[in-house]
Amino acid sequence: MYDTSLWLGGKEFKSRLIVGTGKYPSFENMREAIEASGAEMVTVAVRRVSLPGQGESSLLDYIDTQRYVLLPNTAGCYTADEAVRTCYLAREAGLGSLVKLEVIGDSRTLFPDVIGLLEATRTLSREGFSVLPYTNDDPIMAKKLEDAGAAAVMPLGAPIGSGLGIRNPYNIKLILEAVTVPVIVDAGVGTASDAAIAMELGADGVLMNTAIAGAKDPVAMATAMKLAVEAGRLAFKAGRIGKKLYATASSPIEGVPEWTS
Amino acid sequence: MVVVVNGEPMDLPEGLTIADLLARLKVRREYTAVALNREVTPKSLYSESILRDGDKVEIVRPMGGG
Repeated sequence: MYDTSLWLGGKEFKSRLIVGTGKYPSFENMREAIEASGAEMVTVAVRRVSLPGQGESSLLDYIDTQRYVLLPNTAGCYTADEAVRTCYLAREAGLGSLVKLEVIGDSRTLFPDVIGLLEATRTLSREGFSVLPYTNDDPIMAKKLEDAGAAAVMPLGAPIGSGLGIRNPYNIKLILEAVTVPVIVDAGVGTASDAAIAMELGADGVLMNTAIAGAKDPVAMATAMKLAVEAGRLAFKAGRIGKKLYATASSPIEGVPEWTS
Repeated sequence: MVVVVNGEPMDLPEGLTIADLLARLKVRREYTAVALNREVTPKSLYSESILRDGDKVEIVRPMGGG
């Protein structure tokens, strides 16, 4: 079935799955899992180098930057100011100007501080960044982020790393109605069916890390996620049947042979 | 002079530039960025940015994350 590409920050993506690079058992395993996922964009964190820096194995020795678009995040930032400065650092480091913006409100839930998020989205959009804000599943906030210049909105399905799945599918639907920019479900996916559900709802993409990296076999799970995102997308495009309370026969009612004597 | 680099106080010679500091600490230049006293320093200014006593330097690079 014909499908359009996902466009983010002027870049075209055939794959609607974005994967993280954290928490894998090894860099080799991460490389294999990313390959299996079919993703064309990977998220990275921005952190202090360890000193002295000699001989340290680097994440980017394992990621072909010609092949994958890097999406630096602002994980660990609790204010708009920290997040904005982190994005400037990422851009100066050569990681591009497409950023996953996180302004965290609380370390226990890792829910976003949407007030800081909105402020940082506005600042960074004005400064030429393509901002992908990680937000809560609130359609009002999604619209405000779009108006502030966000290149996409990334509502959470459930708390980061929780694996609880899409806790509020109706809100994701409302967000899809509220904005015209792409909607990428970010966080909460636990297994393949969660990713499929997000895509069946009409999401433009799914971003995940722990669900793959934390699986017993990350490479196999990455393959499952690739298939789930594709299956969910296809099902959405195909147009599902309506839900009904009672049965509707699949076989013709006429022409049933009679066996009564 | 004492300069705090990535949270660690370091006793460094006067007149050291950011370029000198990176070389001294053997930091790979590829995909790294530097902030001096909270402001990002463009790579083109590394060799003319002279560090002073009490400066705070952050040197970052991409790491695994979601």
